[in-house]
Amino acid sequence: MTAILEIRDVDKHFDISGSFIDQLRISHGKLNRKKTVVKAVNNITLDVQAGETLAVVGESGCGKSTLARTVMRLYRPNKGEILYKGERIDNLSSAKMRPYRTRMQMVFQDPYASLNPRMTVRQILEEPVRFHNPGLSRAEVHDKVAEVMTQVGVDPAWATNYPHEFSGGQRQRISIARALVVDPEFIAADEPIAALDVSIQAQILNLLMDAQEERGLTYLFISHDLSVVEHISNRVAVMYLGCVCELATAKELFSNPKHPYTQALLSAIPKLGGEAGNHIRLSGDVPTPINLPTGCVFHGRCPHADERCMREIPMQRTLDNGTIVACHGVEEGRI
Amino acid sequence: MRSRWQRFKDSYMLHSFLNDRVALTCFIILAVLMFSAFAAPIIAPHDPYNSSTIDIMDAQAPPSWSHDGDSEFLLGTDAQGRDMLSTMLYGMRVSIIIGIGAVCLQAFLGIVVGLLSGYVKRLDNVLMRIADVQLSFSTYMVAIFIGAIVQTAFGVAGYEKVAVPLIIVIIGLAEWPQYARTVRASVLAERKKEYVEAARVIGLSKTRIMWRHILPNTLSPVLVISTVQVANAIMSEAALSFLGLGMPVTKPSLGSLITAGFEYIFSGSWWITIFPGILLVTLILVINLLGDWVRDFLNPKLYKG
Ligand SMILES: Nc1ncnc2c1ncn2[C@@H]1O[C@H](COP(=O)(O)OP(=O)(O)OP(=O)(O)O)[C@@H](O)[C@H]1O
Ligand code: SF4
Ligand SMILES: [Mg+2]
Repeated sequence: MTAILEIRDVDKHFDISGSFIDQLRISHGKLNRKKTVVKAVNNITLDVQAGETLAVVGESGCGKSTLARTVMRLYRPNKGEILYKGERIDNLSSAKMRPYRTRMQMVFQDPYASLNPRMTVRQILEEPVRFHNPGLSRAEVHDKVAEVMTQVGVDPAWATNYPHEFSGGQRQRISIARALVVDPEFIAADEPIAALDVSIQAQILNLLMDAQEERGLTYLFISHDLSVVEHISNRVAVMYLGCVCELATAKELFSNPKHPYTQALLSAIPKLGGEAGNHIRLSGDVPTPINLPTGCVFHGRCPHADERCMREIPMQRTLDNGTIVACHGVEEGRI
Repeated sequence: MRSRWQRFKDSYMLHSFLNDRVALTCFIILAVLMFSAFAAPIIAPHDPYNSSTIDIMDAQAPPSWSHDGDSEFLLGTDAQGRDMLSTMLYGMRVSIIIGIGAVCLQAFLGIVVGLLSGYVKRLDNVLMRIADVQLSFSTYMVAIFIGAIVQTAFGVAGYEKVAVPLIIVIIGLAEWPQYARTVRASVLAERKKEYVEAARVIGLSKTRIMWRHILPNTLSPVLVISTVQVANAIMSEAALSFLGLGMPVTKPSLGSLITAGFEYIFSGSWWITIFPGILLVTLILVINLLGDWVRDFLNPKLYKG
């Protein structure tokens, strides 16, 4: 297996301090300029292997969407490199990026906001095809769109309708079709089923899995639903406050979680026949990504935290079973 | 698979329009007014622009139904002996052309500025400050300034020729910030939506996303203010004419007709001012009522107070 996407030491910080005037603060009788920075993604290193589904899980606000958007070059990383099949793409101009736009696509969370309400389904789906293949004839574009619509399970006869005439599940199918029309190799799916009815979720998930099988797609699948992740993914990366704390195969992660945060996360899933009372309760709240804790970002809530954890940022280490963990406790063998 | 026309016929918009008596009545009145204004050269009984057909001896003839009225002049004549009805129709045409022209210019400037400042962060501050400065000058100041320059440059006779485009430019320049602000606010709301990100992931250029994806989604508020702005522009023109900065009496708009008649109102020739006044008020009223309907329709959440 080769890595299709490599994320190397990527940081993404947002400056939310506003205009110059808003940045001025008076403290200790002096006027100084203070910037407020949201550290949404910090030092993330990840590989996505060709053909796999790598899931990224973590609670709300931990930077999952920011990571996906940075990979898709909707944001430029502040630091680090992103490589697609060995080529750096994080510093390309939009024109140089264009060929990659057909190879990497994205599916969004909200099927109500991700389709332009003023365009018919046909216009929405034809636009990417025309844009990337200006040489195609009208009929060829038409056929391509009809083929993909059939694949995602939307009758091509509905192509002249506007998005608001469809249900949430159908819209998400159209949204997936828009990603598929350019024949990508890699799709970043940002919580593609989170906004849907439970009854529809399974259908969309199956659609994604069928498309993967037919087209040999690679997924970066973002979710906070652990049961979905267990079902769909080959490997799982667990994020907390913009950092990856554990990266393992789905089987290892669910049977043998290493990182204290992963353990707490998994203990929260209700299990059939599991003994009651083994739920690990975390104390405290998630700190804001504006004032990141020193050392391990999890130390304020970790039952195993010690003095070193508050001081030193844990490095990622690969264990014997292939799991990658960033934790002093695991490294020292005390967890 | 329905055609556009069928879609329109079945649409909620048409349904709601046909069931709103006020909107429907206003629309019919407006349609009649617009038609008679633009068909004035055909339907008007006299040609007020052709001085050879005007006889000063007919001046200040009262409306035909009063006891010394002349049946040739239905609504009487003005101080120069022009048929009031014909002059009003021609005048309304001038007013409407100026109103629509000025709004087109405002909308064009405002949409371009609003799009740019909403979508290109670097330009936002500069453009919005320019808009603030522009808003802080009143229309009349701009008009007095430009009007004075042009009148001295072209002379009174030349001014007559350039008056219509000039007033369009004045009112257009004075009020574009309304559009710029409205468009900017909706661009800021739209650009955060995921369909814009999807368009960027496809690789479309900024310009294309701005014009083809964001702009169509900001047009409903533009439509809402446009109707009101047309009425406002017609009013502004009338006010400018009243101050002597608008259309000359030889090529009058409704505003300059009112002004011209104002001098005679105390000598008993009330019709010279009152008829164009009623027509102007009716025109403004129906446009505003239609604008209200458009606003309520496009923004049903708004409380109808
Ligand atoms: N454009 C932005 N500007 C400023 N801050 C942002 C921006 N986008 C995200 N953030 C902040 O970065 C942090 C991570 O956000 P992100 O959307 O990546 O979280 P998430 O893991 O996707 O959460 P969720 O599960 O709720 O979608 C949050 O604190 C958020 O407020
Ligand atoms: S590094 Fe320390 S604080 Fe962080 S998870 Fe490991 S034991 Fe807990
Ligand atoms: Mg998210």
